Amino acid sequence: MKKTIFLGALTVAGLAATAASASTLDDVLARGKLNCGVSTGLAGFAAPDANGVWQGFDVDMCRAVAAAVLGDPMAVEFVPTTGQTRFTALASGEVDMLARNTTWTFSRDVDLKFEFAGTNYYDGQGFMVPTSLGVSSAKDLDGATVCIQTGTTTELNLADFFRSNNISYEPVPIETNAEALQQYNAGACDAYTTDASGLAASRATFENPADHIILPEIISKEPLAPLVRHGDNQWGDIVRWTLNALITAEELGVTSANVAEHAAAAGDNPEVNRLLGTEGELGAMLGLSADWAVKAIAAGGNYGESFERNIGSSTPIGLARGLNALWTNGGLLYSPPFR
Amino acid sequence: MTNANLSYVREEMLAPQDPPLGQTGVIRWLRENLFSSWLNAILTILSVWFVWTVVSHLFPWFYNSIWSGGSLNECREIRDATLGEGASAACFAVISDRWQQLLFGFYPSDGYWRPILALFLFLGSIMPVLFAALPRKLLLGTAAAPFVLVWLLWGGSIWVAVSVALGFVAGFIAYRVVSSSIGSSLLAILAAIAAPILYWSVLHGPVSGAFSGIIPIELPKVQSKEFGGFTLSVIIGIAGIVLSLPLGILLALGRQSNLFLIKYVSVGFIEVIRGVPLIAWLFTASLLLNYFLPPGTNFDLMLRVIIMVTLFSAAYIAEVIRGGLAALPRGQYEAADALGLDYWLSMRLIILPQALKISIPGIVNTFIGLFKDTTLVVFIGLLDPIGLAGAIRASTDWQGIYWELFIFIGLMFFIFCYSMGRYSLYLEKKLQREHR
Repeated sequence: MKKTIFLGALTVAGLAATAASASTLDDVLARGKLNCGVSTGLAGFAAPDANGVWQGFDVDMCRAVAAAVLGDPMAVEFVPTTGQTRFTALASGEVDMLARNTTWTFSRDVDLKFEFAGTNYYDGQGFMVPTSLGVSSAKDLDGATVCIQTGTTTELNLADFFRSNNISYEPVPIETNAEALQQYNAGACDAYTTDASGLAASRATFENPADHIILPEIISKEPLAPLVRHGDNQWGDIVRWTLNALITAEELGVTSANVAEHAAAAGDNPEVNRLLGTEGELGAMLGLSADWAVKAIAAGGNYGESFERNIGSSTPIGLARGLNALWTNGGLLYSPPFR
Repeated sequence: MTNANLSYVREEMLAPQDPPLGQTGVIRWLRENLFSSWLNAILTILSVWFVWTVVSHLFPWFYNSIWSGGSLNECREIRDATLGEGASAACFAVISDRWQQLLFGFYPSDGYWRPILALFLFLGSIMPVLFAALPRKLLLGTAAAPFVLVWLLWGGSIWVAVSVALGFVAGFIAYRVVSSSIGSSLLAILAAIAAPILYWSVLHGPVSGAFSGIIPIELPKVQSKEFGGFTLSVIIGIAGIVLSLPLGILLALGRQSNLFLIKYVSVGFIEVIRGVPLIAWLFTASLLLNYFLPPGTNFDLMLRVIIMVTLFSAAYIAEVIRGGLAALPRGQYEAADALGLDYWLSMRLIILPQALKISIPGIVNTFIGLFKDTTLVVFIGLLDPIGLAGAIRASTDWQGIYWELFIFIGLMFFIFCYSMGRYSLYLEKKLQREHR
């Protein structure tokens, strides 16, 4: 009985929360700042630099939205969130959007009542082994000891993979990524498994990266996506189409260097014109200014530029585009048309 | 009789000789202390081997420390160039690169003097409390310090802080007036609570606004989100320590009270707070409260954490002080009653001075624990030194660096905790709590 009352109170509080909040766009405009939830620190995706300025691939997503909405890429209040606090921070309105390499799953989308605004990084679980082990495929890992972070989906994926391939393994459960790398380097396990982007980032920091290889098998799908709350479709659209604008800009060859030139006057390519607001009313439909996409692209460049600067092959992390190449280059990035 | 001069004993003294080699100096000390038996000899050799192994690994690492360089890879290049490939060397360049961040978090860099000045002001204002030799007049400064410190750290107009402080003054005056005119201490306490609340809700806004209009003294505002690193730890720690001691004393007295309601409210509070881990309370502060508070209310996360930490440590302090109260002989309470003192006077003049004296080690112990527990805020996304170490490691420059950061953080915590421990020893010696 008491429990029912408690849950009832929770529901009422929840309903009140939904009913009382004005549109997120109005809140952000009134505040003059975008509250963006990011990771407390993940190489290449979100980390403060020596001057305390947040940098990274997820951070660029926040800055692009801030630029599109407020016209200023620096008008972002970054809220560091942990794996435990991220969803509550978003649900309670502490942040307006979450760009925290969060995997898009059914239950998060449907049950937790969030809206994913399209994938900004296609990740997948991989394996790293020392070259001296002489293994070239994950299927050769029969009987291996594998370092794995506990309580993550990677643990379940690992069990599935080994069972479906009928080979055995011995898990070495470990709490954090940093600890896991220490253990792996100390030889406590033959292989380390986590998201492939994380493996590449970690391998780049080893004393001798060449002594370790990342096996070709990717054993799970981890589409990482920015997300917003259910129920405010206008705000969801803004985040979704900001991401799409960055992808389309790369497809159309619009970069941070030439976007001003393209936006100065309507050009020959009608889709570029529509994207940059020199033709049509797309910005007004979103409730933003006509040059919203211009500002978003000028903030951190198009998708490809942001990728190269933060995690691409020229950085120490050195990720190849792979699945994250444009569909025209054999990847999965495919933005709906701007029309 | 030619033999008459023969004597049976020597006539001259023998010159004193050195004691045998095995019975003197270093060798004797070694034999007595380190090699007195086979077992001890083996243990000595094992210990020497152990110490040597640790030192021989750690010393070159420290001795070869590299203090310049912008990234771990640069560190490795410098090391390879100067010491040869694969030499053991610490890369403290990460500290010289990021020490501001570890100390101040994201506090605006042109305002670094503010937390530093605040720390010294705090130390200065706490002195009259810690050292009884200083003139008592200085306690006025101590009373003003909390308002000055909050203004210094968070910025804004100084008149807001002054006006808030005036509320407490109003409460004090109300207490004095009511207790002298009516003479009822309960009414006086009620008046002392009501007056500041009335003042804050009615006059606070206009007063601070008017003064800010006339003499604007302002510091740039700093948001709680920008606090981090040791500034955050020290603020949470000090606020928790300062607030939890009075609250803990009240709870300890409440638990001993004869009044049914007060007694069981205190017992319930202490047992509930103490029975749940701090990390659970922190999650309550950061997650659950968000659902209960109306949306749009911006109840500062740092304030929520300070409140939780204070309540948590107050429960522990209450139990420590209860131990001190229980250790007093019954006669002390009876003597206070016999003197005709009322409850508050007997507590203030007779019971508490003795009980607190007994509880000093326990209280300081709790405070040291509280200060170190502030690192738990990393789990709710506040960037304390441990959280910042993670964030620094997440930058591509410094990924893969562990010990140097943790050694620095450990050293800073050690300095704070060790000074607290030394002060408690000094206080114990001064008060001589043992019955001589």
